[in-house]
Amino acid sequence: MRIDCQHVWSYISAYIDGEVEAELRAEIDQHLETCEICSAVLDSTRNVVVLVADDRVFELPAGFSRRLHERLDRELELAGGSG
Amino acid sequence: MTAPGPESDAEYIRRIMAGERHLFHELIRPCERPIYFLLLSILKNEAEAEDVAQETAIKVFLNLRNFRGDSQFRTWVLSIARNEGLGRLRKLAVRREDSLDAGTDEQTGDYTPAILTSWREVPAEALERKELGEILRQAVEGLPEIYRNVMLLRDIEEMDVRETAHALGISEGAVKVRLHRARALLQRTLAPQLGEFAPKRKGWFGRRA
Repeated sequence: MRIDCQHVWSYISAYIDGEVEAELRAEIDQHLETCEICSAVLDSTRNVVVLVADDRVFELPAGFSRRLHERLDRELELAGGSG
Repeated sequence: MTAPGPESDAEYIRRIMAGERHLFHELIRPCERPIYFLLLSILKNEAEAEDVAQETAIKVFLNLRNFRGDSQFRTWVLSIARNEGLGRLRKLAVRREDSLDAGTDEQTGDYTPAILTSWREVPAEALERKELGEILRQAVEGLPEIYRNVMLLRDIEEMDVRETAHALGISEGAVKVRLHRARALLQRTLAPQLGEFAPKRKGWFGRRA
């Protein structure tokens, strides 16, 4: 069976996560070898996923952790006082 | 100190309940990032997200005895964060449109990707340019909430499918579908914009080196 581009797109995410069965994966791989468009879709999707996962993109606000633990300290003290 | 795995989480909890309350700081520390970003995704406001993150940590401490140990500690914490976030959202009565219009997985969205004839990889070093980070953040923030929540936990906090499903109170199948759509929507939004961040090369048309 030959699969078309649309079919490949519907499996892009699962393909990236390695969750596609071996047989289907082989078909997708075969398609990718000859389809420049799907190769670019796969590469760009994977690239986008890697970039958004970089720690520099989503950073905790400055002082977040300090403020959280200061508030926790007050709470823990309170809990200690009440038993 | 070794990284707290499930066993040491249980040990932490036992000792905290036995009176070593200060250990709670270390127990909650690995959860700070996912708590905050999940709440930011739900509330879309940094100050509110931080405030509810603190409330969540306190609630976790006060309810520690109720942790059953049948899920990971972090998963349990995140489900508390989600409930707290949704509670705050109701209180604010500013439910955003996207959380209403994208409330189900049933809708047949258009998931045609951005079609490119070639793709030049954008390396992580390109993140030194502040505007790239800004473009990526805006694209994630622009996703419908149900997709954004899943993407934050799966791709950004690198949680597995099972843990993400538990934390969000949805099925593993829904996690996979939503993640697929989130990634497809991001590719469509971002791929056309990211070309300028790829390393320069000669020529315009998709020839690979």
